Order: sequence, then C-alpha cells, then structure tokens
Amino acid sequence: MTWIEEFQVRIPSSTTEGQKVQERIITRLEELGFPARGVFGVRLALEEALVNAIKHGNGLDPNKQVQVACQISSEKVRIVIEDEGSGFRPQDVPDPTEDENLEKPCGRGIMLMRAFLSVVEYNERGNRVILEKHRNDDGSPLLS
Amino acid sequence: MGSSTQRLDIEEVGDVTIAKFIDKKILDENNIQIIGNQLFALVDEDARAKIILDFSNVEYLSSAALGKLITMEKKVKAAKGKLRLACIRPEIYEVFAITKLNRLFKIYEDNERALDGF
Repeated sequence: MTWIEEFQVRIPSSTTEGQKVQERIITRLEELGFPARGVFGVRLALEEALVNAIKHGNGLDPNKQVQVACQISSEKVRIVIEDEGSGFRPQDVPDPTEDENLEKPCGRGIMLMRAFLSVVEYNERGNRVILEKHRNDDGSPLLS
Repeated sequence: MGSSTQRLDIEEVGDVTIAKFIDKKILDENNIQIIGNQLFALVDEDARAKIILDFSNVEYLSSAALGKLITMEKKVKAAKGKLRLACIRPEIYEVFAITKLNRLFKIYEDNERALDGF
C-alpha cells in the first residue's frame, strides 16, 4: 500500500485541538478528491471518535494526550486514535435506540461510526480505535 | 444575550414558531451547548407550543447534537406542545434513520408541509 499522505500527531485533551486535527484530515481528503459521501462519513466519525477519546477516554485531563495517526492512499483513508484512558468494552455500550438510553450520546456515536465507515475496530483494552473508509465504499449505510 | 451568540433564526407564522439553525456544522461541544440552551429557552422561557426546527443550513450533526434534540422533544411534549423537524438534507436524514430517531421525531420535507395542519 502506497500512502499519499501520512502523519501522526499528539494532541492535548481538548475538543478545540480535536477540531483542528479533524479539519486537517478533511481538508486533505477533499484536496485528494475523496468522494463527498465518504468525506461526510469520515468527518462524522472523526468527531465522534475524537470526542470519545478526549472526553470519555482521557476525561478532559490536561495531563493526558490523544494520539492520532492518519494515512491516506488512493484507495482508502485510515485513522488510528488512541487515548490514555482505561478503555471500554464496545459491547457493553447500551443500545442507544432503547428508550431509556436516548439521552446517552456515546452509543449513538459508535453506531454512526459503524454505519458510515468501512472499518471500525477497537483494541482489546478499548482505548484505541481504527477507522477506515474505502474510497469505493459509498453504499447507503442503511442498506449495509 | 448578544446577537453574536444567536444560533437560531426565529420566525413566527401564526401561532407557529419556525426556528432555523444558522450553523452549518452542529458538531463543536460548546456550540451544541449554546444551541441546546437557545432551543430549550423557546419552551422554558417563551412558552412556545408549536415549534418547527428548520435544518436547511445544517450539513453536519453529531450524536451530541442529537442528544439535545431528544431533550427538546421531551420538553415540548412535557409542555403539551408539538415539535416538527423540516428541511433535513438526505445525509442528515440518514443520521436520524440509522439511530432510529426518525421514529421519534415528526420530520417534514419543507416548512410548508410542516406548517400544514399544525
């Protein structure tokens, strides 16, 4: 796999810093002519994953950082986000579509990431997520 | 509240309030907090009973923003009012459909249809 773009950054646990990384990745995808539908999904997923890492993973702790690695090829974009939190088990996140969970934003975020991306994988500890969007994967999330 | 922090355009049509989101992206945490407070004030402070939320400007919406909309729906219902959503572009509608919130909210194609029979 030849990567056209590859970078890695460490950011403090601040959503403003998260926005900057998000903007950098999205701008690059747009410059490289990534399909608009794909870019939409990546932005949505990045927002959810970065907020999860910064708020839920690191608990907005200024002494903790979030590592973001981004790789873009002609076929896909791959982003790995790792926080310094104790992690979580994705399977323990309650179903956000149940009435009693409607106010909880986390489960819904993960659900959207899975729907809009080609790959969403957590490590065993649950403090690192791998996000991939394949360029040719522009099917409707509702049909997949 | 200064006009610079105003995140909703308010229009009144008869007894119906149309609140139009100004932002294209309802993603940023602080922004979502401000927008949420302004939405809730329509019910809590202004006691508006029939509200249409106009999404025509909205290009992105995060799960945190969906949380605010759900709270808004509850508030309106508790106040015996009605909430309708309108002008949602297809990608954003998908966000509602994936999370099954299209069943919770009454969603209309445009404001005209949302006003009809309100």
